[in-house]
Amino acid sequence: MQNNDKHLHEPRIQITKRGREAMPWYKAWGVRAAAIVLALIVCAVIIVFLTGYNPIRVYSEMLKGTFGSSRKIWNTLQKLAMLLCISLAVTPAFKMKFWNIGAEGQTLVGGLAAAACMIYFGETVPGIILFPLMAASCMLAGMIWGIIPAYFKAKFNTNETLFTLMMNYVAMQIVSFCIVFWENPKDSNTVGVINRMTEGGWLPTIFGQKYLLNILIVAVLTVAMYIYLRYSKQGYEISVVGESENTARYVGINVKKVILRTMALSGALCGIAGFLLVSGTDHTINTNTVGGMGFTAIMVSWLAKFNPIVMALTSFLIVFLERGAGEIATTFQLNESVSDILTGIILFFIIGSEFFVQYKINFRKGHKEEKV
Amino acid sequence: MKAAIELKNITKTFGSVYANKNVSLSVNKGEILSILGENGSGKTTLMNMISGIYFPDEGQIFIDGEEVIIRSPKDAFKYKIGMIHQHFKLVDVFTAAENIILGLEDGKKFDIKAAAKRVKEIGERYGFIIDPMKKIYEMSVSEKQTVEIIRVLYRGADILILDEPTAVLTPQETQKLFAVLRRMRDDGKSIVIITHKLHEVLSLSDRVAVLRKGEYIGTVNTAETDEIKLTEMMVGQKVSLNIERDEPENPKERLEVRHINCISREGVPLLKDISFTAHSGEILGIAGIAGSGQRELLESIAGLQRLNDGEIFYHDPKSGKVENLRDKTPMQIRDMGVRLSFVPEDRLGMGLVGNMDIVDNMMLRSYRKGKSVFLERKGPRDLAEEIIERLKVVTPSANTPVRRLSGGNVQKILVGREIASSPTVLMAAYPVRGLDINSSYTIYNLLNEQKRRGAAVIFVGEDLDVLLELCDRILVLCGGKVSGIVDARATTKEEIGLLMTKLQEEGQNNAE
Repeated sequence: MQNNDKHLHEPRIQITKRGREAMPWYKAWGVRAAAIVLALIVCAVIIVFLTGYNPIRVYSEMLKGTFGSSRKIWNTLQKLAMLLCISLAVTPAFKMKFWNIGAEGQTLVGGLAAAACMIYFGETVPGIILFPLMAASCMLAGMIWGIIPAYFKAKFNTNETLFTLMMNYVAMQIVSFCIVFWENPKDSNTVGVINRMTEGGWLPTIFGQKYLLNILIVAVLTVAMYIYLRYSKQGYEISVVGESENTARYVGINVKKVILRTMALSGALCGIAGFLLVSGTDHTINTNTVGGMGFTAIMVSWLAKFNPIVMALTSFLIVFLERGAGEIATTFQLNESVSDILTGIILFFIIGSEFFVQYKINFRKGHKEEKV
Repeated sequence: MKAAIELKNITKTFGSVYANKNVSLSVNKGEILSILGENGSGKTTLMNMISGIYFPDEGQIFIDGEEVIIRSPKDAFKYKIGMIHQHFKLVDVFTAAENIILGLEDGKKFDIKAAAKRVKEIGERYGFIIDPMKKIYEMSVSEKQTVEIIRVLYRGADILILDEPTAVLTPQETQKLFAVLRRMRDDGKSIVIITHKLHEVLSLSDRVAVLRKGEYIGTVNTAETDEIKLTEMMVGQKVSLNIERDEPENPKERLEVRHINCISREGVPLLKDISFTAHSGEILGIAGIAGSGQRELLESIAGLQRLNDGEIFYHDPKSGKVENLRDKTPMQIRDMGVRLSFVPEDRLGMGLVGNMDIVDNMMLRSYRKGKSVFLERKGPRDLAEEIIERLKVVTPSANTPVRRLSGGNVQKILVGREIASSPTVLMAAYPVRGLDINSSYTIYNLLNEQKRRGAAVIFVGEDLDVLLELCDRILVLCGGKVSGIVDARATTKEEIGLLMTKLQEEGQNNAE
């Protein structure tokens, strides 16, 4: 037999999708854990190369930055709660395949509503009326910001990604405008801490922890969202619309109604996040109050595959990376970019590991070599 | 006779599933070989390995006696192998000639005129009729297929593989295609056609290779075999090919469609003045070339398509009342007490949600029941278990996402759910597409069962032989119009074939 294929050889690597035989869950989590370990090793190599520090020391500083003292632990939990709250808010929309990247703006107008209530009613209206009023107006503000793009999507099929993105800028400009009105002290161009003396409209401190109430509220919301998506009729409708609009039409689901209702919910939850940020955390407002969490939340939600309970884990991961990276940047007097590099590498590995969960890679020998 | 291609011990697996297992067969020069097998028997996978789409896990391919390695369609063309896929791969806005030379690297200057001339020559040589300058989107399905075949010939292929080439053609177009294929064979080319239609195998091919569940069963000379023997090879057991058909019992008017018209958003008429009546206890077949308005017609009845004109009356068998279903949503139709079931053509894109498990798919129709804001999964779970058992659905459990099931099992889940509500009208669009023979007969039996129960069954089919055997009457659609309603017991395939293209030709004559 003449061999005319010297320049041609058989493919050696085959990638196949794991369709019918999905990976068992423990293996899938094993792959993910391996990815994190691998990411830490790669980061260690880079740390040594760029800075010459001992990577173990760097990692222990990261842990310290997150858990170093009880104050740091509470700060971490608070950060986590805020990020998780916004992630919960975007989840129903994304589950419906409505690309809501406007959580930043929806949260900001919620915060703005809270600040307005604090400034105008904080020192006159008693707490028992004030707090429900604040919660309601924050939810309403977020809801309006969510419903506007949803209405145009349902009515005219506009692109919700662009629409929600633009609404972020509108929200920011409105906040800038209000700061001019509310600035305190004069000409500082900031609002300053609202009601510093009376603490009017500040969410109360419970059990001696000022963030505990925030954390508890978000914990309750997490469980509620899990139940809503999984066991309620509305949650089921969201899944059907998200998976296939044609199926939804076929079984008689009013798709427009579901889009509007879900975005109202998504916006209202963002409003609550804004409430907790302004009334429960910062006691002031500026255009950076949300600080990009509206976008980070999208990643949290997707990484968790829209499962609210898993989202607690993924938002912890993100917060840990951010706080840890910030800590090493100050301790070792490194440029902030180093921590960004580390965060980037770790996320790359975590997201990349999903490929190995979804696909199978076969390495094969050429059969001819075997025979020889 | 010399073998043009020889396959030796070819094996291909997808995960743990064997798509092909130890298949050895050969194609001679100047012959037409049919690859016969049920859906999912591995015919297309096998041919994809010859044309460079897949690479075999094990085994060897010989061309003209020499072992070759085919890693891509480009390699395949080097060995003069060309495949015409079931789903055409053409650029709609390009002309025939542009599509034919697309991606061709022969080192020559791009010359569309010369190409068009050669295209015409090839056409004349084998008896194709083709206009090289016609755009693809202006072409009929059969013209598009012609472009695909010429594209392969243009690249000098000597071995042509056609995957289910007749699935979208009318009987008359099929005859024309077969004539062309015979001419190519006489010209010395080797033709492989993949099919599961027995009568085509018998009328066209020289030899038949049979696959079953990925394994090679054998090759027989067409002259020495018949339908019964081939079916036995294909299925592995004796199968009665007769579909039961009872006389309709006490037929009464159930659904009356009067002069409906439907125009798409772009202003294209989809349904033109359609009128018919479906009776209880009968199966009304709907025949027509794909895209003649079948989908729009069923969706109009189901309340999914806005009508521009016309009425749809439902005769309630209990109260005797007559109600107009026009402009009602699916919800309103159900609230009126009309038990209308619909098995759509797009099973996973419309009838079911692929990523949801069987239980959640059972709820699609019924989840709203009750006042609670929470879902009730017990009833749907019982229904799922019942359907799995009664229709012998192969699935690991009722919690398996339906997209992981095979085509036949997906369809059983869908049909099972739709008949669970004891419908008075049952509409099914291409319910056996992609199913193996045994699953197809399960579906036919279920439709017959509903007919005996007194439901009005509307069955949109593509296999005319099945329509003729199963239905009581057949309505033929052509370009969105009814071109005839015939008695299935008295008509012939040829008559239906003519009706399928009748109005088009009339239209063309009028235009001229």
